[in-house]
Formats: sequence, structure tokens, C-alpha cells
Amino acid sequence: MISYILRRLAATIPVMLIVAVLVFLMLRLTPSDPAAIIAGDNATSEQILAIRAKLGLDQPIVTQFFTWLGRVLSGDFGNSFFFKKTVWELVSNRIEPTLSLSALTMVFAIAIAVPLGAIAAYRQGTLIDRVVMGFSVLGFSVPVFVIGYVLVYVFAINLGWFPVQGYQRLASGIGPWLQSLILPAVTLSVIYIALIARMTRTSMLDVLSEDYIRTARAKGQTEAKVLFRHALKNAAVPIVTVVGIGIALLIGGVVVTESVYSIPGLGRLTVDAVLARDFPVIQAIILLFSLVYVLINLIVDLSYTIFDPRIRH
Amino acid sequence: MSEPILQISNLSVDLPRNGDRSHAVEKVSFSVNAGEIVCVVGESGSGKSVTAHSVMGLLPKGQLTPTGGEILLEGENVLNASPGRLRALRGTRMSMIFQEPMTALNPVLTCGEQIDEVLQIHTDLALAVRKEKVLAIMEAVHLPDPARIYGAYPHQLSGGQRQRVMIAQALVLDPVLLIADEPTTALDVTTQAQILRLISEMQERRGTGVLFITHDFGVVADIADRVVVMEKGQVVEMGTTEAVLKRPQHSYTRMLIDAVPTLDPPSREENAAPIMLETAKLSKIYGTGGFFRKTGEVRAASEVDLKVRGGETLGIVGESGSGKSTVARCIARLVDPTSGSIRVGDLDVATMSERELRPHRRRCQIVFQDPYRSLNPRRSVGASIIEGPVNFGTPHKEAYAMARELMSLVGLSPDALDRYPHQFSGGQRQRICIARALAMRPEILIADEAVSALDVSVQTQVLELLEDVRRKFNLALLFITHDLRVAAQICDRIMVMKSGLVVEQGRTAELFAAPQHPYTKALFEAAPGRTFEFARTPSM
Repeated sequence: MISYILRRLAATIPVMLIVAVLVFLMLRLTPSDPAAIIAGDNATSEQILAIRAKLGLDQPIVTQFFTWLGRVLSGDFGNSFFFKKTVWELVSNRIEPTLSLSALTMVFAIAIAVPLGAIAAYRQGTLIDRVVMGFSVLGFSVPVFVIGYVLVYVFAINLGWFPVQGYQRLASGIGPWLQSLILPAVTLSVIYIALIARMTRTSMLDVLSEDYIRTARAKGQTEAKVLFRHALKNAAVPIVTVVGIGIALLIGGVVVTESVYSIPGLGRLTVDAVLARDFPVIQAIILLFSLVYVLINLIVDLSYTIFDPRIRH
Repeated sequence: MSEPILQISNLSVDLPRNGDRSHAVEKVSFSVNAGEIVCVVGESGSGKSVTAHSVMGLLPKGQLTPTGGEILLEGENVLNASPGRLRALRGTRMSMIFQEPMTALNPVLTCGEQIDEVLQIHTDLALAVRKEKVLAIMEAVHLPDPARIYGAYPHQLSGGQRQRVMIAQALVLDPVLLIADEPTTALDVTTQAQILRLISEMQERRGTGVLFITHDFGVVADIADRVVVMEKGQVVEMGTTEAVLKRPQHSYTRMLIDAVPTLDPPSREENAAPIMLETAKLSKIYGTGGFFRKTGEVRAASEVDLKVRGGETLGIVGESGSGKSTVARCIARLVDPTSGSIRVGDLDVATMSERELRPHRRRCQIVFQDPYRSLNPRRSVGASIIEGPVNFGTPHKEAYAMARELMSLVGLSPDALDRYPHQFSGGQRQRICIARALAMRPEILIADEAVSALDVSVQTQVLELLEDVRRKFNLALLFITHDLRVAAQICDRIMVMKSGLVVEQGRTAELFAAPQHPYTKALFEAAPGRTFEFARTPSM
């Protein structure tokens, strides 16, 4: 098991390297010039050249790449072209909001979707099942921004329960932090609730017709325990898989949600950095995201062994 | 005699409206006394399982509903019991074990947890006391090393051990009634013999009444005190084992008993036809991979030498894991042999590449065990039958005409070609599978447990069909089975395999008269009902 984890971690190195090369190349091969953007509209070509030299952009691409890579390997992601800060300062400052939003979204999604899906499967064909499945179709088809604005209109503007926009840091207390995140997290979670509930239902339907469910009933087990102790653990592997995919998609999705709700997270930083052609920041964020993807995959694979002892690595 | 522990009177269970009959079981009455084993025998669809599930209250909700009669468990009508009361009775007063212990145990919980669960549900005992009880019952059902098996998952045990865990779980609270639904059908014969012995032992020691459901008259002869024969949802005959098996009254019972193949092989003439299939030192070794270190090797088949002549049937007999199916699959090149040769006619197909092999694929065809899963449910049977010939260039029309002929040959209506597999019964589906194999005009036909999933009466018919086509097309028939009775009836020669090795081979009559190898002897000993003299209608 330990050797499996070590091997998987070792395998992330080439993945990250390929990501690094691709990101680096793609940014350098786009026609835009960060130096020109920094210098502004009225700059002379000498000024632009000077800025370019200062940023190291006048060097051959290969030299630029290895200089950057060498620094990254020693833990230095360089300085932002645009903001007068190091990349690490910028990024580390933005991790908390993004992480909070993603985590809370996933907690909502799992806590609501898994029981809903399980009950829908248990009561297959009844009203409850149809309501859950109907909601799931709705969740898939209504765009995130519509849900977002409706929730803001009802709960923030009319009822005034939550702030319309903005983010309170965890340091300012759990209450305000939670209050600032509930609407965006609910908004974001709708589609994942739909996805996970559907998967849970399908997976549970398969499991509920298995022989060991009948055995559990033959022992005199209560229906609730049959459902949640015997069936759910067996149904877990496909559910965990979609949760993993969900988290990966979610990280891409925060870029939009953070803009809608004005949350100063990595999503916003990404948008700003891309607009400013702030190469070092973009590179660092993409590296960070791909590392997260790889780790999520690893965690999902490892969790299989917890839910199903027949799977061994 | 004291009051029976289980008294079923006039039990009727309705089928959903669109079924082929209105009742799954109709006016069924019988009883089980304490310390008695009552076998309910019948073919699939006879209602035996429905009756058992009614007792436990485990009928699928909304599909099958008891509509009449009563089921008294120690005088209490379980049909009127509330769901809560039923739950309290299950596991404490009545328990059930099932056919396939692999699927009946929860794969993600340890065996100990699953037995312990019964105690958790029904008692307030502390964890330490419960664990002691669990280990004690594991000991009682003769599970080796209970402490280890407590923490083991079902997939880490053998089939027999899994069924012992099921039995431990059923008996841990000493119920008065044990319902066993085909508990040994999925097990190897030697394991089956052990489990049957265990059930009688437990039942004698604890005075449990056992309702034992089976389709196998050999098993009935071995363990039953009384027998209830069911057909199409009704009890057609009942009485002591002696009476029913030796003096069957009802024609259905007589038919069932006659259909049980005997262990005496009929005499068969010597075959001197040319050899069609020959393997030499055929081996298949699994699991030598591993990136960093060599993992364990499994020799699924080891240096197997066999010969089959045209028009001859060679039986490969063995228990699960003996390598009999591996040999078949190597010969059909569904898996690639690790070494050795396979001569089909004058070609060695063992080492041919897929491309070279292709033109020869049609020469060897397989009929598999489960006709429910070996036909594509979304294609009409006609499409399944003609697919092979069409792939080999037969014009569609011609292939279809041939499929019609084959359908009549296997005893089905040629007009049924447009129907789908689910519209046929198990026996009919197996006929279709045989027609599908024959459509390729093969020289070698492999029947891999081809009759094992069928009811005895249907089994006889399918065996007859296989004999017919073997003769008609001069096929080299490789018949793979775990069932000695079936092997005795159909094979010219028999090869016994164990753990990938051929332990003995010879002409069927000689092998049955004087088995040499200890394992072959053990197999014969374990054959259920071996010593029982069935009353048979003299054959015509």
C-alpha cells in the first residue's frame, strides 16, 4: 500500500513536468506581449524593449523555461509581472476563499445528494423517486448564473439573510465566514447534487437487488440499516468516482462563481492574471490546479480500497 | 408427536397479472417438525423458493403477495405479523441460508461483523461476549482458525467456508427453523458433501427443524426425512423419503426421478475414427507479471495431453479451479496457452497469431454454461445464429435458410428466429446456443458445463440433443462438467482434473468401475445419493 502511494506520487512528477512545458509554451506562443500591456498605450518601443529585458522575455524560450523551472524547483515561483508582489504571496492569499468555497460546496452536495439518491432508489418508481429525479433534471439544465441570481434576489435582497456579495475570512469568525459562503456554495452545489444523486440512485438500484441485501433482511435487520449499512458501502465506488470528477470540475467552475459573487479567490486571480498576461502567475496557478487534480485522483483511487476490500493496489 | 414448528396450510401466493399463471403457489400445505429435515423438490418455477420466502416474509414487495392460507411458526401466523414482529422473528426463531454464498454475504463487511450483526440486532450483549459467541459458533461449524476468519472478507474464503459462515450466521441464535434454499447447488461435490453433513450435524445436535429446498434427488436421498414434491405451484406428492423415492405415486415425481442420470455408464462402442483434436503438454500459467517483483504463479493447466476422435465424446471432470474450463478455452483459443501444442486436424493452432487463426476459428465452437448470459439479449436469436456464418462470407439469405434448418434440428420452431432470448426458457436457450455453434459447421464442439444450469428433465433432453448432433455431424465433442452422473451418461472417455493436472483418464465404464486415483475415488464418494436405490421406470 505504502509503496503504491509512493509510486503514484512519483508518477506525478512527469505529469507536472509535461504540464509545465505545455503551459509555458502556450503562453509564450500566444501573440500578446505582456511588456506592451505593462508599458501602456503611449509607450515607445524602447520602453517596451527595456521592460521586456527586465522581465527576461528577451531571452530564448528554452533559456527562459529552464531559468523558471530551476527557480520553481527551489520553491521560488518568481514575481508577478503586474502586481508588485511575489507570485507565492498572491496565490497563497487567494487559496483560502477558493478552498472554503469548494469544500463547502462539496459538503453540501454530498450531504444532500447521497441520502436523496439512496432514498429514491429504495422507493423506486414512487412519488419521492420521481421528485428527486425531476429535481435532478432541473439541476442539470438550469444555468448556474440563473440559480445564483434567483437565490441572491430571494435570500439576500428580499429576506436579507445573507450578504449579496463578498467574502469574510475565516479569521473573522465562523459565523460571518459561513454566512458569506452559503449562497455561492448552494448555487454551485446544485449541479453536483443532481449529478451525485443520480449516480447514487443508479448504483444503489444495482446493489439493492443483490443477494446480500436479502440476507441482511433475513437476519432481521431494519430497513434503514439495510439501506445505509449494507447497501451504501457497496454502492460507494461509483459515487466516489463522480464526487472526484465533481471536485475536479468544481475547481474549473469557481472561476465563474467567484466573479459572480465577488469572492477574492484563485478564480478571480486567474481571470485577472490572464487579462494582464501575467505569465508567472498563470503558470503557478495552472501548476497548482494540475497538482490538485492529480492528488484528487490519487485520493479517489485510495478511497476505493476503503469502501471495497476486494480492491487492492 | 408434539406440534410441528412450521405448519403451512393452504398457502396461495399470487403472481402479477401478466404472468403465465395466476398463482406462484396454490393451496400449499405441509409441515416441518422439530429435528426433522423436510426437502421441497421441484424444478425451476415450481414455487419452492416462493414458499420458502413466504415463510421468512421476504417475497419481493408488490410483485408477489400471499393471498390465502396461513403459515404458523410455533403457532404464530407469520403472514399476519407486523414488519417489526417479522424482523424480530428472523434470525432468532427462523433463519435462512441461500444458494450462492459468495453473493449472499456482503462483500465489504468482514465475516465476523456479519455474524456479529445478528447478535447486535437481537441481543443487548456486550461486544466481548458477542465476539466470544461468534467465535464459538464458527468453531461449531468447523471453520478453521476462527480468529482469522473473523476478520476476513468473504472473497478471501473458499466457497465451502463461505457457506459455513452463512450457516454460522443463521444458527448463532439457535432458531427453531432453518430454511436452506439450494444451499449446496453452487458448491463442488466434495464441498457439498461436507456442507450436507454439517447441516445434518447441526440439526441433530440442536434439534432444529430444516426446510431444505433442492432440485437434486441425490441430495434428497442423502439428507431428507420427508419429501414434498412441487410442480407449477402445487404440492403433487409428499411422504417419507423412502416412500417417495422408492414408490413414487405421481407421474411428475416419477419423471423427475427417471431424469436423474444414473452413475452406471451405458456401454459404448469403441471408436476408431481419425483423431480430430490432440493436445500435447498444453499449459496455461497465470500471473507471472509484476513490474517490480515476480508475483505468484498459478498453473491453471499443466501439461495436459488429450486426444478426441471424430464422433467421440471426451469428458473433462473436475471441481472449480481444476483447470477444466481453462483447457477448453485454450483449445478454442479464447485464452492463449503458455506452452504446448493443440493440433486440430493437421494444424497446430496453439501458436498461431490471431490473423492466421481466423480461418480456423469456425472449426471449434463452444456452448457455455449459462444460456441466459451467453446470448446477446438485444439481438434476435436468428441474428445470433447467422452472425458467425455471415462473418465467414456466407450470403445472408443462405445463412438464414440454414438457421431455419438448424432450429428444427434442435427441436425449435424455425419461425421463432425473429424472437429474442428472453422469450425462451432456459432449455430452449441452450438449444439455440447449440444451433448457433452448429451454424459454423464445426469439427470440434466444446460443451462447457452446458447442462449444469438446467432442470433435470430439460437436462436429459439437451444431453440427447448433444448426442444426436455428435453422431450426425461426426463431431469431436469435448464435454466439460463437474457432474459425474451426467459424465457417466454421455462420455466415451473421461479425464479427471485437479488443480490444473490430469490425475486420471480412461474409458468411462472402466473409470466408473474401478477408479484408481484417490481424488477420483473421493469424487465418487461425494456424489450425492450414490448409495440410494431410486425407483426407476424401466427404460424402453
